[in-house]
Amino acid sequence: MPPGRVPRGGYQKPQNMGKTLRRLIGYLTKSPLPLALVLTCLLCSVGTNLAGTYLMRGIINDFIWSGCTDYAGLGSSILKLIGIYLLGCLATYGQSAVMVRLAQKGVNKLRYDLFDKLQKLPLSYFDRHPHGELMSRFTNDADNVQTALEQSMVSMISSCLMFVGLVVMMLVINWKLFLVTVVVLALTMAVFKVLGGKSRKYYQAQQAALGEVNGNIQEMIEGLKVVKAFTHEEQAKADFQRLNETYRDAAQKANFYSTTIMPISGNLMNVSYALTACFGGVLAVLQGFDLGGMIIYLNLARQVGQPLNQISQQMTAVLSALAGAERIFAVMDTPPEVDEGKVHLTRVSGREWAWKKEDGTLVPLKGDVRFENVDFSYVPGKRILHGISLYATPGQKIAFVGSTGAGKTTITNLINRFYELEGGRITYDGIDVRDIAKDDLRASLGMVLQDTHLFTGTVMDNIRYGRLDATDEECIAAAKTANAHSFIRRLPQGYQTVVTGDGANLSQGQRQLLAIARAAVADPPVMILDEATSSIDTRTEKHIEAGMDALMEGRTVFVIAHRLSTVRNSNCIVVIENGQIEEKGDHAALLEEKGRYYRLYTGQFQLS
Amino acid sequence: MLKLMREHIKGYEKQAVLSPILIVLEVICELLLPLIMAEIVDVAIPAGDVGYIFLLGAEMVALALASMACGVGAAKAAAFASQGFGGNLRQALFDKVQTFSFADIDRFSSASLITRITNDVNVMTMMLAMGLRMLIRAPMMLVTALVVSIVLNAKLAMVLVVVIPVMTVIIAVVMKICTRLFEILQTKLDHLNNTLQENLVAVRVVKAFVRENHERKKFKRANDDLTQAGLSVGLRIVAIMPVMMLCMNGALVAVLYFGGRMVMGGSFQLGDLQAFTGYITQILMSVMMVAMTLLQLSRSQACAQRINEVLEATPDIQDGQNAQSAKLPAPKGKVELRKVSFKYTASGTGDDVLKDIDLTVEPGQFVAIVGGTGVGKSSLVNLIPRFYDPTGGQVLLDGMDVRDYPLDDLRARIGMVLQNNVLFTGTVRENLLWGKPDATQEELDRAAKDAQAYGFIMSLPQGYDTLLDQGGVNLSGGQKQRLCIARAMLKQPAVLILDDSTSAVDSATEAAIRKSFRENLKGTTVIMIAQRISSVRYADRIVILEDDHIAGQGTHEELLENNAIYQEIYQSQQEGVSE
Repeated sequence: MPPGRVPRGGYQKPQNMGKTLRRLIGYLTKSPLPLALVLTCLLCSVGTNLAGTYLMRGIINDFIWSGCTDYAGLGSSILKLIGIYLLGCLATYGQSAVMVRLAQKGVNKLRYDLFDKLQKLPLSYFDRHPHGELMSRFTNDADNVQTALEQSMVSMISSCLMFVGLVVMMLVINWKLFLVTVVVLALTMAVFKVLGGKSRKYYQAQQAALGEVNGNIQEMIEGLKVVKAFTHEEQAKADFQRLNETYRDAAQKANFYSTTIMPISGNLMNVSYALTACFGGVLAVLQGFDLGGMIIYLNLARQVGQPLNQISQQMTAVLSALAGAERIFAVMDTPPEVDEGKVHLTRVSGREWAWKKEDGTLVPLKGDVRFENVDFSYVPGKRILHGISLYATPGQKIAFVGSTGAGKTTITNLINRFYELEGGRITYDGIDVRDIAKDDLRASLGMVLQDTHLFTGTVMDNIRYGRLDATDEECIAAAKTANAHSFIRRLPQGYQTVVTGDGANLSQGQRQLLAIARAAVADPPVMILDEATSSIDTRTEKHIEAGMDALMEGRTVFVIAHRLSTVRNSNCIVVIENGQIEEKGDHAALLEEKGRYYRLYTGQFQLS
Repeated sequence: MLKLMREHIKGYEKQAVLSPILIVLEVICELLLPLIMAEIVDVAIPAGDVGYIFLLGAEMVALALASMACGVGAAKAAAFASQGFGGNLRQALFDKVQTFSFADIDRFSSASLITRITNDVNVMTMMLAMGLRMLIRAPMMLVTALVVSIVLNAKLAMVLVVVIPVMTVIIAVVMKICTRLFEILQTKLDHLNNTLQENLVAVRVVKAFVRENHERKKFKRANDDLTQAGLSVGLRIVAIMPVMMLCMNGALVAVLYFGGRMVMGGSFQLGDLQAFTGYITQILMSVMMVAMTLLQLSRSQACAQRINEVLEATPDIQDGQNAQSAKLPAPKGKVELRKVSFKYTASGTGDDVLKDIDLTVEPGQFVAIVGGTGVGKSSLVNLIPRFYDPTGGQVLLDGMDVRDYPLDDLRARIGMVLQNNVLFTGTVRENLLWGKPDATQEELDRAAKDAQAYGFIMSLPQGYDTLLDQGGVNLSGGQKQRLCIARAMLKQPAVLILDDSTSAVDSATEAAIRKSFRENLKGTTVIMIAQRISSVRYADRIVILEDDHIAGQGTHEELLENNAIYQEIYQSQQEGVSE
């Protein structure tokens, strides 16, 4: 679990156990051989265990209690016993070792397949599923599956075998005594059922309360500065106290019911032991029941509770693992991003890109992007964009302005097919973007987003993310273009300084500069800048502009910006309101029009 | 760790004492059983005395039931004591963190504080629950069974002299190896989670740059490393059980052999031998338990340490010595900085962020602060409500050093809209009421209107009673900023500080907000950090921060006239305006 993330939710039952189990076993191994080996070992270890106990009867009856003094015979029987126990240990280790290997390999593949699938899912999937939820597929769910595969499942099978074996042996030794044991066993099972049910119920309540407590802790600690700004400390303490007490009460109950199972079942076994001793003694006196048999029976009666206890404990683990596996498989079964594009794009050399026709001929890429009557909605029925038509000829800079939520970002997300259109089409050099291989399409569109995301690694690595084969010199040149060179040089280890994913050691503005450098090193024929300079002060922005202009020379650029100073020099400014184009034109023409752009622009001065 | 437990067990002392006592009783009852059993085999059966057998049987059942009662009681007491302790500890930590200053929060980091309050407390709680039961039960079993078995047959008990050390050494060695391997496993796991989280958070970047394969390779490396580490731990861990079983069975066989010879020689009785084997099993099980519990205990030591760090930290900003008795000046809203220097001690490069800053803001003035990225604008305003203390010089509010105010009174006078807008889970109303818990509906409406938030609040499905999920993911950035402004305005502070908190609000709306400040907050001092010239040009005074000092101040017109930096900022925003 990553720091700061806290578990929520609780115990869930799998929906379709059989199917999930079969699929999970498919991950364990494709060939039945290792499983057969495990089963053999399992049978062997249970068998030796039972045989050992049974052998003791003979030792007691024939030697110890026989009145003879055949020490040599005793010795050789004992040697046999040692041999059996040794074999049992080897079998147990063999079985566990094979299972650990299978489970580790299986879960490794499970995690990889899941990650692989995530890389193929459309963005809309990530919009609907919070990161925490997807993370817990890898952490909680995969962990549960691993534990279940490594231990619980085998342990359950071996416990079942053990239980059956014990019962059979008890029946063989003395079926009358077994009647006593059956009564106690039934009682024990009833205890497991009742207490187990209660314990699960309270455990769920505890988990729910824990979710609230953890949620509150996370929210209040992350917002602690606001708490202090509003001197809200006492209120926060009181709120927390209420949740904390609810959790404590639930936890006390849950904990009680789960820990009380042990003394109750353990002592029920003691009762069974006492009754067996008592009736066994009577049988020995009245019916000549052999003492060796009775002592063995007592040992068995003591052991028979254990597999039941195991089964009841492991059942919970196995069920929650199956539920976890089911959730993992649900992600894997989600349909991936559609990509049936046949047209390919390649970087010919340096700044030259070309279309690769199916017959292998190359046509230079120009960078002409057109929207034709594009409709779009994230949720069916709630249309975000209505009939958007616009074009960008090669080398033009197109700016989108408009209020928050008007649909500016959505438009740019459609060019690189982050989302699928509902109506109309978008063409790239006259080719429908749906006919272009998705990876090629995206590689040719550089994107700088408002929320900059860095990856743990050096500054150099982060810039190189834009083009993996870029040399150090090219990365530094890109950093200079983005005006990031001067601050990078001042970092403790310069370009080799390690930054973390959330970029905690850099300011928001510095992270944006790195993101621009990353796009610059990619040097794509079409560039999309979505509020890429929002956290950079206007003077620095001015300095970047020169570098960017050189970079974007002859290339098509789409810009979204809040600051009108950023968009002023565009070839075309598109004003978007409520998912529609309200105005289009260059800065001068739009000011002339005295429409929305004019109002937005002059709004800055309306109090004068 | 013991000190922590002693201090936070408050209210549950009775259960904490009761539980071990009951466990001791439970163990005694349980250990008496094999002795009675031996009596049946050795005395009652050979004598053929059925009545005596029944009597002894009844005794055993009674003992088992008594043991059960003690066990249940102990479980209940332990559950209440441990979870009660956990609750107390969690509350104590939470309360303590509330007293932390911004610098303390920076030093510990939110993520680490959260882990300490959630995970570490849980480990401690489980530790106590287990400790109360196992650490009493297992040693008790061990000692009692040992004594009884020695009394039964001291010669036979020699078997234990061999087996116990062997087991202990094996456990210790395996545990030592595994502890190290577990640490490696944990690092690999953290690495995998980090790779995964970054991939999820940056999914748009990954897709935009078509780096799926690069990410796959990264993940595969992390995943294979984890599996490798998991295997090396797993293959050693699974060896423990069979080896322990071997030790245990070996001991049993030895007892059977030597004990059997004694019985055959007539120097020992069969029933006693049976009882003896029972005790041997108990003893060896207990040795394992103690070893396991001690291992857990050593692991939770680290958690106790981390919790103590928080509990024992002295918040670096507290009420001054005379704060409670100080006579407070009337709230007017005058802010003075005298020769103020500041640097971040916990993080940062150690360079001064601010140096010898002198600045006076008169009551009712509207002062704007502008400057490039990272010049210390936020740091400067954070000194006023004492989120941080200056490293040199002093900050005064209404003529009194802020360090002489009780913190609550100081902050009650200051309304602050922070750069990172944080709203909390709850309704819009609940969030606004943070500003003033007893605000009337009229006051709410007024603040919402002043912050230009009224319109969109009304358009929300349930208006003021709309629930904000996870701090308002259902609102746009501009809407969140406006709610935060309304929340601060509701406080009706003497000084209102806005730290770049209108960046996501469009210019026209921002102008309207400024207008309402002007009209409705006449007596209030407003200090505003902003990037846009349009936001600051009507300020009474504009202060320009450059590097660590004030590089000029004055009105918009004055600065345009004589300040090169301001001119440059202005130019960068005005270019191309056809005036």
